[in-house]
Amino acid sequence: MNNYDAIVIGAGHNGLTNAAFLAKAGLRVLVLERNPYIGGASTSRELHKGWKYSNASYVCSLFRPEIYNALDLGRHGLRVIPVNSSMTFKQDGDYFGSYTQPNIRRREIMRHSPRDADAVVRFDADVLRWCKLVRGFLLRTPPNPGSLKPRDIFELAYLMKKFYELTEAQIYEFIRFFTMSIAEYLENYFENETVLTHYSGGSIIGTGLGVYSPGTAYVLLHHAMGDVDGNVGAWGFARGGMGSVAKALAGAFQSYGGEIRSDAEVAKITVAGNKVTGVELASGEKIAAKVVVSNLDAKRTFLQIMDEADLPPKVVQRARNFKIRGSSGKVNIALDGMPTFPALPEGSTLTQGHMHFTDTLKRLELAYDDWKEDRWSADPYCDMLIPSQYDPSMAPQGKHMMTVFVQYCPVNPDGGWTDEKRDQFGQTVIDQIGDYSPDFKDLVLHAEIRTPRELENEIGLTEGNIFQGELTFDQLAFNRPFPGYAQYRGPVKGMYMSGSSTHPGGGVMGAPGANSAREILKDLRKPDTTPEAYSDD
Amino acid sequence: MTEQMDVIIIGAGHNGLVCGTYLARAGLDVLFLEARDAVGGMTATRAIDTDYHTPGLAQTSFPVCTQIRKDLQLDSFGYSVGKAADTISLEQNGAHLRIGQQGPSGQGVSNSDTMAFDQLKKEYLDYAKALRPLFQNKPPRLKDFDFKDKTTLAKLGWNLRVGLGSDSMNEFLRIATMNMYDILDEALENEQLKGALAADAVLGHHMGPRTPGTVLTWLNRLSGELNGSLSVVDGSDSQLGHALRKAAAASGASFRLNASVRKILVEKSRAYGVEMADGEKIKAPLVISNADPRSTLLDLVGAPELDAMFAQRVSQIRGAGDVAKLHLALTGLPEFTGLAGADLEHRLIVAPTMMYVERAFNPAKYGECSDNPVLEITIPSLQNKSLAPAGHHVMAVNVTFAPYNLEGGWEKAKDQFASKVIDQLCRYAPNLKSLIANQELLTPQDIEREYHVREGHWHHGEMTIHQSFMMRPLYGAAQYDTPIDGLFLCGAGTHPGGGLTGQPGHNAAQRILAMRPAS
Repeated sequence: MNNYDAIVIGAGHNGLTNAAFLAKAGLRVLVLERNPYIGGASTSRELHKGWKYSNASYVCSLFRPEIYNALDLGRHGLRVIPVNSSMTFKQDGDYFGSYTQPNIRRREIMRHSPRDADAVVRFDADVLRWCKLVRGFLLRTPPNPGSLKPRDIFELAYLMKKFYELTEAQIYEFIRFFTMSIAEYLENYFENETVLTHYSGGSIIGTGLGVYSPGTAYVLLHHAMGDVDGNVGAWGFARGGMGSVAKALAGAFQSYGGEIRSDAEVAKITVAGNKVTGVELASGEKIAAKVVVSNLDAKRTFLQIMDEADLPPKVVQRARNFKIRGSSGKVNIALDGMPTFPALPEGSTLTQGHMHFTDTLKRLELAYDDWKEDRWSADPYCDMLIPSQYDPSMAPQGKHMMTVFVQYCPVNPDGGWTDEKRDQFGQTVIDQIGDYSPDFKDLVLHAEIRTPRELENEIGLTEGNIFQGELTFDQLAFNRPFPGYAQYRGPVKGMYMSGSSTHPGGGVMGAPGANSAREILKDLRKPDTTPEAYSDD
Repeated sequence: MTEQMDVIIIGAGHNGLVCGTYLARAGLDVLFLEARDAVGGMTATRAIDTDYHTPGLAQTSFPVCTQIRKDLQLDSFGYSVGKAADTISLEQNGAHLRIGQQGPSGQGVSNSDTMAFDQLKKEYLDYAKALRPLFQNKPPRLKDFDFKDKTTLAKLGWNLRVGLGSDSMNEFLRIATMNMYDILDEALENEQLKGALAADAVLGHHMGPRTPGTVLTWLNRLSGELNGSLSVVDGSDSQLGHALRKAAAASGASFRLNASVRKILVEKSRAYGVEMADGEKIKAPLVISNADPRSTLLDLVGAPELDAMFAQRVSQIRGAGDVAKLHLALTGLPEFTGLAGADLEHRLIVAPTMMYVERAFNPAKYGECSDNPVLEITIPSLQNKSLAPAGHHVMAVNVTFAPYNLEGGWEKAKDQFASKVIDQLCRYAPNLKSLIANQELLTPQDIEREYHVREGHWHHGEMTIHQSFMMRPLYGAAQYDTPIDGLFLCGAGTHPGGGLTGQPGHNAAQRILAMRPAS
């Protein structure tokens, strides 16, 4: 029965979110997934017997609670467990811990710099203010500043109004926050090198920029504006791995009558008379629908599964110029037991949070210099977690699963990626961890190493960019993915985008998918099933 | 003994001169206090030794802002725009690229390169034109605006939305915060051409082509081009500094040279004069500082007179110089591989690719000098024969990057760095070394000491987005006034920043005159 109202290409979390809201409004929706498994970048797979890896994304915090509630994801099995700390190992054998509990947080910073312990109060308050402001914009469609349509003018006026609720000094501080480099921004607060480095690290994750590049300060928000159980800034693990996010979304979608087909690669979005007619699968099968939503990144959408002849030349040019350079790698490791870290005091809870090994800004920036030369960082910035400590479903009893996010890793090292180079990259990471944990290397049973090549080939992220496009201003808000096309509609009637290539970008937020659904439902004159942004925080 | 003036201007650099002349022409008694022995600041001619002189720190320049030229009748004081200089990007094998009035030319330049370059240039000149109301007025505040701010914003909005049109405006909103590397990569193919343009965007800044915000610094440069072509500064009488000095003097302003200000006198948050290094006090209800914002507010006013948070923010202004200046006294004209004698009147640069420029920047981030710096070379004595004995020449070289805070200190590294740069120059002009009669290298620390600019930064502060417009030098003091009543800023550290445009001085004068109660 080939009769669908809408087809969503790609069963990533945004595609599923989008599909779920469409189905909830009563549409007959089909989600097509190329891989035999769903989830895209939020997936968990057993690649080593007994161990479950979250292959790509690995922590959950930005996922919008409004969506969680609107789709009742709790009922569909999504549970997020808070991660309460992060830490950085120092080369001199000491460490710095960052805790969420205010007294402990202050005491630990005091150990490194009494002045910074005072500054952190000011810092936390400022960041929280920006978080609250920006969170309100995540579930809104960006206005087109060049348009004179009433809705764009109203939306611009709304944003201005929100902006003008700030004091004049706050407005300038907000602009500074959005345009400064993370290192310089933090130097307005902190003096201690380890403290500076620790809080800078989050701002380079997934970006093709260094800690001294203007525009990185605000990336801090991408790692601070999420929440777990209402605690803004908290990070969490999805119980059972990030695949649980996709699983819960799929559950919600199916409960509204939606249909998912995996192993169904779309070869082409078919267009007739500037209107979509449906899709053609790689197998040759054609499926008709009046609405086709691409959850693929903007480059794939316009340059691979659409015909250049069906698109305005400007869009093709914009798609070609879309910046989507991957910069990250991932190493997932099965461990025979819990590694020890001699720098930490006996019984420290810091092993339960994010662990880092880079303790100076210079090391962070040097890691970036390597990437600019198309090399992986000789001394990379790693974000390491051992989630099996509180989620026993990830590894057999007594064993552990470690996930290591690695910045930077190039799209195309000199001569291209080979399996040998990939393993060398993995070894760089394993060696770095081994420097701080003497028994670690002996505990490694299996390691899955993913460079941008693997991210592209397996998940379909062009150039392995984890955000489906770089998060710089030229590609944010009304510029995402391109000026004039930031409202989720493609240049062809009936064609929409729902992936992280659209506002507000990546990070397993679900917001692009929900925003896109709102626009589609509006065009189809269906009731809006998508949630409004929280007003109570 | 105390003197009483209407206006004291600390520092007779070109912005101070512009500001003071406007005020003097409005009928105020203006006194310039200049710590050096000549007016003109970075444009003043300096001696390498008794026989050789160079035009000073600024070695190439766009014409001064047309409005200022007209208002102050600079042409009648001898000002004329120098001969248009092409940019020649050097290659060691002599396959140079030339960017002239007619666009790029050279061995590797194809037709499509020329077309793409023209289109890019046109597009960006349009943006620069659209931004004019912003550059030519005090930066509007974003809240509590006055009438002037509203008109500036309205003009700017009109220029963007109607002048450029919605497609072009959208494109401007996309590129405004980008880096040069990406926009050049999108538009051009020729690596040499991209390298030359990338070097322009980072000249004088602590930024590489991949640093976001470099499109804006390039736009700032292009706004200079709206006044006319780039020319080589040669220190002759027709140059900006001299004309401004004469214009100022003709308007009745007085000068004191070798007059170092030690302190701005403040009482109850109001400036009432200055104290000189020798203890002399000069009173004036208006004190205008052409010195950089940090020197003015932290050294001359002093943190105790300021709100603690404000003082803290002033101390956090970024502005560590990253360019060294090499001056060579030459016994003859050097021979550059692949260049004719007449070519040497132009501006020569060494910046063969964008990655070359970026790699030159990398070490600067860690307080190290570039291994292979970006060079900007001029030979001003070809146009102004009085700079050197007959047949002899002087060469001026901007060496990018050479950080103010050099790891290990400049003392030991200075000579070594100078010889390294000379060796590098010899790769393009093999006979250069044999011609050197004398040389001097000005590191950012030397520039700080000799030109009284904190940390030796050309632009008195980095021109990053967060230190531009209504945040230059910092919010709370971005409309040329300061929290100290009667104290104003007028130097390159204020909006719209560095370059020999005279714009900050002009805008400051407008601001001060507008604030004065009608008499």
